[in-house]
Amino acid sequence: MFGQQLLEGLGAGAGYAALALALVLTYRFTGIVNFAQGELAMLATYVAWQLVVSGMPYWVALPVTVALAFAAGVLTERLVIRRLESGAGEVTLVVTTIGLYVLVNALATLVWTAALRAFPSPFPDSPPGLAALAAAGVAGAVLGALALVVRRTGLGLVMRAVAADARSARLSGVRVGRVLALGWGAAAAVGALSGVLLAPTLFLEPSMMTGVLVYAFAAATLGGFDSALGAVAGGLAVGVTETLAGTYLGFVGADLKIAVPLVIVVAVLLLRPQGLFGSAPVERA
Amino acid sequence: MRRVLLVLTLLLLTGCRADGGGAVLTGECAGQDGTGIDADHVKVGGIYPLSGPASAYAAVAQGASAYFAHLNRHGGVDGRRVEFLVRDDAYEPARAVEEARRLVLHERVFALFQTLGTPSTAAVREFAHRWKVPQVFVATGAAAWGAEAERRPWTIGFQPSYVAEARVYARYLAEELPHARVAVLYQNDDFGHELLDGFRRAIAGTSVRIVAERGYEVTDPGVQGQLANLAASKADVLLDVSTPKFAAQALAADAAMTGWNPLHILNGVAASPAVLQPVGYDKVQGVITAGFQKDPAAPEWADDPAVRTYLTALERYAPEADPGSQQVVFGWSAAEAFVKTLRRMRCPSREALRAAAHRLDDVRLGMLLPGITLSTGPGDAFPIEAEQLSRFEGERWVPFGRVIDTRAGPAGQ
Amino acid sequence: MTGVRGAALTGHRRPAVGLAAGDRRRTWPWRRAALAMTVVAAAGLPFVLPPYRLFQVTLVLVYAVALLGLDLVVGHSGQISLGHGAFFGVGAYVAAVMIGRLGLPYPVTLPAAALVTYGLGWAAGLPALRLRGLYLAVVTFSVAVVLPPLLKRFPEVTGGAMGMPVATPRGAGLDDDQWIYFLVLATAAVAVAGIRNLTRSRGGRALTAIRQHPAAAEVLGMQAASHLTRAFAWSAMYAGVAGALHTWTTGFVAPDTFTLSLSITLLAGAVIGGLATPAGPLLGALVVTAVPAAARELNPAAPGLVSGLLIVAVVYAAPTGLAGLLRRAAAAVAARLPAGRRA
Repeated sequence: MFGQQLLEGLGAGAGYAALALALVLTYRFTGIVNFAQGELAMLATYVAWQLVVSGMPYWVALPVTVALAFAAGVLTERLVIRRLESGAGEVTLVVTTIGLYVLVNALATLVWTAALRAFPSPFPDSPPGLAALAAAGVAGAVLGALALVVRRTGLGLVMRAVAADARSARLSGVRVGRVLALGWGAAAAVGALSGVLLAPTLFLEPSMMTGVLVYAFAAATLGGFDSALGAVAGGLAVGVTETLAGTYLGFVGADLKIAVPLVIVVAVLLLRPQGLFGSAPVERA
Repeated sequence: MRRVLLVLTLLLLTGCRADGGGAVLTGECAGQDGTGIDADHVKVGGIYPLSGPASAYAAVAQGASAYFAHLNRHGGVDGRRVEFLVRDDAYEPARAVEEARRLVLHERVFALFQTLGTPSTAAVREFAHRWKVPQVFVATGAAAWGAEAERRPWTIGFQPSYVAEARVYARYLAEELPHARVAVLYQNDDFGHELLDGFRRAIAGTSVRIVAERGYEVTDPGVQGQLANLAASKADVLLDVSTPKFAAQALAADAAMTGWNPLHILNGVAASPAVLQPVGYDKVQGVITAGFQKDPAAPEWADDPAVRTYLTALERYAPEADPGSQQVVFGWSAAEAFVKTLRRMRCPSREALRAAAHRLDDVRLGMLLPGITLSTGPGDAFPIEAEQLSRFEGERWVPFGRVIDTRAGPAGQ
Repeated sequence: MTGVRGAALTGHRRPAVGLAAGDRRRTWPWRRAALAMTVVAAAGLPFVLPPYRLFQVTLVLVYAVALLGLDLVVGHSGQISLGHGAFFGVGAYVAAVMIGRLGLPYPVTLPAAALVTYGLGWAAGLPALRLRGLYLAVVTFSVAVVLPPLLKRFPEVTGGAMGMPVATPRGAGLDDDQWIYFLVLATAAVAVAGIRNLTRSRGGRALTAIRQHPAAAEVLGMQAASHLTRAFAWSAMYAGVAGALHTWTTGFVAPDTFTLSLSITLLAGAVIGGLATPAGPLLGALVVTAVPAAARELNPAAPGLVSGLLIVAVVYAAPTGLAGLLRRAAAAVAARLPAGRRA
């Protein structure tokens, strides 16, 4: 029984992890927390659903959706965020993402209504445990691919340079704007994946990702908010605590289980301020 | 500049206010409040979550609006056209109060017909009491509207309370599965707790036992974890006290777990086609629920005149609504009940409406199941108190057994 | 990596406006007349507005008090708080429990709510602000998420998920809504005066320095953590006071009113109104209350569409907030009018 619950937790956790990864990517590249990340993922999931319903095979629809989400992410950065970046501070940008959040949600409701939609599962007849494992596997594979790109390619080097210090990168001739757009695109693509992973169990509807965003935020926080590995580990941890806390921590109860990861976060902050996986900030003048 | 100041100061001193009082009646109904009603019109306001997390319930407003449109087309209530104003509270109690204020003080409605959801209704109830405005046939199953009618007589419920619904399930289990071990999934709010507590009280003294219970928050993404926990209990029955989205998740998760096949009892709030259809009809066969309304899509009602009127009216006045939805039927029925209550008023006044709502004797409504009527009286402020169980077979709910009257339990609360 | 964090959180990219930037020029020459007009208008309002409109104006003032506080954190300290909805909720519940459960007179609830939320703000800010960076956002986020289920946990005290009705204050000689309006107006006036004193004090100038250039401020001997924590505690207290006023105004508390989305709404209001400006909070509060209502009138099918577009458009058109826009407009008007004595 414990094993079954652990699997369930990992399956849900994989979805949270993917969205947390998307949040962390955006944060690392642009220094802002994107509240619209979940809604963009929801929009991408609707696109995938529309494609599958119109007869496209699942395994074709998935890469098409991820590619579209990537393009949408790049476009959002170019059309909305970039325009503001020169004049406004981070707080203003964060509020822009709040506006996007509201806007995208309303748009989806207008186009697809609030009705629940069944989203196809890639493994329709497998027992829940297996599907969960597969979901976790997909999340792991994406992380691995991302890590390869960032660590081993020239593009990755440039990306790391921009993330480390945008101004110095610009002075060294890196086209920072492109890399930032790329960061948004990558985040949107990973986010789309999280939506597609979660939709078969959560059912597709405009507010599908609202609750997930809270969990993903907790996961990213647990991981230190600037570490991709941390985000994934945090997501899995949140998923597992969520499933197990209800059973094994009687006094917590199901209603306060979301508090468990958050209490951990605050405790971690006191003991290890840079997060479990984050890097310690260095203050410079 | 100085002149402006002078005018404003004068205004302040005279303390005038651009606002008249209510319309006090004279004649045989002397002293009663006839705001919002005259010989040709009656203005009524309703508050629903048209946006936000609970926007699926906007269907109730569609059903009610369709009924009023249909009624106005056929002459209104004793020659009065019903002007129905629908406001959006996004399921936030504070906003519901704001909208109630708008309707009562600004739009000057005669009565509030329906607020949706227990928190919004509870918030508006205080306001309605304060301003002595009837708040009738609210769309929530909390027992408080009936049980506290002495203290808050301006508010009255409509549907069977969640406690009554819990009694129906408890009675069914006690008769059919006397040694059932029950696992409960509940929403951690007033609705979930009330049904769960009602069930717990109703099974006291029987050998039905609750062996596991798991709550979830409305803000949670899903209930898969809770279902995995409940499965560990190996209970025979799963009492599913959840709202539509989570009910769909729970039904799907239950169907996916091959090792655990409990009898799934789905509470009435979630027993709509919009929930079952995405899950897949093949996965929800044999699920049980309790209801009190006709299913407009069922073949046994195909020739029923009330159902036919309902379907034609919906097609004409609310083509965007799903006529098969129980929420739409609910709005329609409540509106019909409201109109029948208006007809029973002795005076065109708020006081008379309140009195009429507390004096219903076996009022029949077209869309209620045969044998289920509205009745209230001194000490009984619960309009509908009977329900019938249905089982999901094929592609629809099939009623079975007799109509269960929950009044025959411990009286009131 | 660390560079981005440094750049992101010290907020040096944000151009300082108005007084915060050391700009002591007057953009609007008739300050006293304008002030007098405002006072008279505010006093006369309850006698000309119908009750429903007056209620809305009262709500705007309530949110303005909360935003005044939030501005201390976001505008003056350059930090992000996602927990002000929760502090607002705590204040509201302190007032509701004291009036509804303990039967205490309502004036007592205001200082009580202030005290409790000041303490809470201190407790939340202490660990987070010692570290700075995104941590305040993280800790306040936790507070915002945990509060609603926690409130539901103790139904004997809080009324549980169903919420709790509370008797609203009544005053002699005036209608209830008028009396509440004046109570809220008076509190808001005191709140504005308090913020002016705070931001012009040593601590307020220190906050500006810390936000503009943390390292330099440190070199000058300012203890960033203690200044920021104090500012955060004050700010939480303002939110708590606003919460208590909200209870007085609406006469009802329910846990689901004080969710994370309230915090997010407040944050949006603070930025849209304009950061670190005196008029910002009032304008922000106006937007927070009026925009959803207006959006519902304009497009009942999808109010979010209008709200979302408005938020993006305002940020786009006026990155320094509505207050910045107004300041520019006022300056333009003052420059054109022949009677304008440029000070």
